[in-house]
Amino acid sequence: MFDSVSFIHVLGGGALIGLAAVVLFAGIGRIAGICGIAFSLLAAPVNQQVWRILFLAGLIAGSLLFHAISGQSFPPAPDNSLPLLIIGGLLVGFGTAMGNGCTSGHGICGLSRFSPRSIVATLTFMAAAIVSMFIARHVLGWSI
Amino acid sequence: MQKLTALLAGVLFGAGLAASDMNNPERVQGFLDLLNWDPSLMFVMMGALIVAVPCFQILMKKQGKPLFAAKFSLPTNMNIDKPLILGATLFGIGWALVGYCPGPAIAAIGYGYHEVFIFVGAMFAGAKIQQLLAVNASHS
Repeated sequence: MFDSVSFIHVLGGGALIGLAAVVLFAGIGRIAGICGIAFSLLAAPVNQQVWRILFLAGLIAGSLLFHAISGQSFPPAPDNSLPLLIIGGLLVGFGTAMGNGCTSGHGICGLSRFSPRSIVATLTFMAAAIVSMFIARHVLGWSI
Repeated sequence: MQKLTALLAGVLFGAGLAASDMNNPERVQGFLDLLNWDPSLMFVMMGALIVAVPCFQILMKKQGKPLFAAKFSLPTNMNIDKPLILGATLFGIGWALVGYCPGPAIAAIGYGYHEVFIFVGAMFAGAKIQQLLAVNASHS
């Protein structure tokens, strides 16, 4: 079922992500929603949100640390044309800002709080993504 | 301690994304493609929720406060409204096209691929456009 990633890796990696969300919430009472943390930097003076910058720096460092310790090579870059990369980025940024959350904020923290808003948001973006993937790959024949 | 906590949480999150291969757009797109389905993302969500659901439920029931802050900062908007649905839909389309949601996109900055810089730049631009439109809408 899995090629390079074992079952322990996906379940254990997920548990680490859950633990990260718990540490941030129990420690400083904040929701580990990556888009909320990142896009707040655009809306208010950066010097008042040092914790957000440290969290995002940790996110980058944590991934590099895993590859350094495990010896696993980096995953590939996205296989998209330049316009599709830009359109995809704009949609993800605009959409998560408008819907106040992404896979982490709604999908992990929101579901863990049993928030009705987050349950609806998660079902909506999952459905939209699965339908879009079907149309792009299997109806339009795009190689995304 | 607040800063150290945020850094530690970020490192754990980033390590979890890399360990579960969620920084790999192909793996994520494989989950979204039901005709060539790769269930990895489902097990990652399960792993995260097994840890997070009981902890969040206990923390919220105790009505206490966080270890290093005055209070829990929770979203105040409880309405299932049009921006929530429309925003989640637009996000889902972009997520499928490239295979990155915001977490993996930012975590992948460390890999040094120019595709990631372009995607993350566009993502911040999209968020900024939304913020400016929302401010204009609330003033009119």
